[in-house]
Amino acid sequence: MKIAISSTGKTIDDVMDSRFGRCNYFIIYDLDNDEYKAVENKGITSGHGAGIAAAQQILDENVDVVISGKLGPNSYRIIEGEGITMLQAEQDKISNIINEYRENKLSHQKGAGAAHVGLK
Amino acid sequence: MNIGVLSGKGGTGKTTVSTNLAKILKAVYIDSDVEEPNGFIFLKPEITDTKEVKLAYPVIDDEKCTNCGRCVEACQFNALVKTKKDIILFQKLCHGCEACGVACPTGAISFEDRKIGFIEIGMSDDIKCMRGILDIGEPLAVPVIKGLLKRIDSSSVNVIDCSPGTSCNVVNTLQYVDVAILVTEPSEFGLHDLKLAVGLVRKFNIPFGIVINKESNDKNIIRDYCKEESIQIFGSIPYEREIAEIYSNGNMLVDNEKYRNIFKGIAKGAKAVIEWN
Repeated sequence: MKIAISSTGKTIDDVMDSRFGRCNYFIIYDLDNDEYKAVENKGITSGHGAGIAAAQQILDENVDVVISGKLGPNSYRIIEGEGITMLQAEQDKISNIINEYRENKLSHQKGAGAAHVGLK
Repeated sequence: MNIGVLSGKGGTGKTTVSTNLAKILKAVYIDSDVEEPNGFIFLKPEITDTKEVKLAYPVIDDEKCTNCGRCVEACQFNALVKTKKDIILFQKLCHGCEACGVACPTGAISFEDRKIGFIEIGMSDDIKCMRGILDIGEPLAVPVIKGLLKRIDSSSVNVIDCSPGTSCNVVNTLQYVDVAILVTEPSEFGLHDLKLAVGLVRKFNIPFGIVINKESNDKNIIRDYCKEESIQIFGSIPYEREIAEIYSNGNMLVDNEKYRNIFKGIAKGAKAVIEWN
C-alpha cells in the first residue's frame, strides 16, 4: 500500500506542501515496509499543465492514496479517474500526517480547488 | 512595410497611436491584440469578411492504441496523460504541433481541427482594417495572431497594433515587423516595461523610436533614458483632459486639427528610420 504526499523537502521530517501541481517533491511512502523515497515533482518546471505533469508522475508511481492541500481541476480529474483515494491534510510534518492517516483522521478531498494556485 | 506598435506596459496608448497613425498614413490597420482587440471601437469599420482560425488536436484510435505512452513522452506541453487504461487529451493545452502523431509507433493518432478564434476584415472610409479575436476561454493566442498576420500584404503600409507586454504574443508579432514604435508614459512602471520592450526590439534588430504619451512635462525619466541610450523620440502626446474626452467617446484624435500635427510628426519620424535602414 503506497501513499504519495506533496512535500517541501525530501524527508518525512519535512513539512507537507499544500500545493499539488507545483510542490517541490513527492514523498512516496510504502506502508507495508515503512520505506520511502522522495521524487522531484516534474510539474514544478512546467510552464503550463503543472498539475497534469504532477498527476502523470503519481500515476506512474502506482500509489493508492494521495495526500495534499488542494488539487487543481486538471490533476483532480486525472487522479479521481484512476480511483486513487485523495485525502486532505493541514501543513504539518510528513511523519505526523502518516500517523494521522494510520489513525483514519484525515478527511477526503471534497472536490478540486482553484487552478494555478501554486503560481501565487 | 510593417510598422509595429508595442509598449511593454499596457495602457500606455498603443491603440491611440496605431489607429491615428494608420489614418494619417492611409495605411492598413491591423489589431493583433487578439485577446482584447479594441482598435475597431475607434475606426468602426464595416466588416466585409470573416475567417475562422483553427488549431489541430490529436484523435486516438482505441483499436490501434497499445497505451505505450510514447505520445505522452513526446508532448512538450503536458496535454496528454497515460492512465492504466487509455490516453487522455487536455485539449486546451494542445499547441497543435503534432509531435504525438510522429511519436506514435502504431499510427493510432490522426488530427482534427477545432476553431479557437476568427479574423475580421473591413473598411473604415478609405482605411482597410483587420483584426484577430481569440474565442473566450481559449488560452492560446499565438495561433490566432499567426492566422491574422499571414494574411497581410507587406507591399502596402501596415500599422500593427500589438498585444501589451513582451512575451509570446508580442514576439510572434515582431516576426512581421520592419520598424517599431514603442509607446510609453512618464511613470516608473512605464519606464521599467519600456526597457523590456527596448531589449526585445534590439534583440531582433528592429529599428525603432519612441512615442511618449500622457506627457505633462518635457523633463521626465523617459526623456532622460532616451538621451542616455541614444534612442530617437518620434513625438509626444500631451496629458490633456480634452484628449481623454475624445478617446472616451470613441473618437479619433486626428479628426481634431489640434492633434493632427502630432501624428504627422510621428509618421515622419517612423518613415525616416525606415529610410536609414
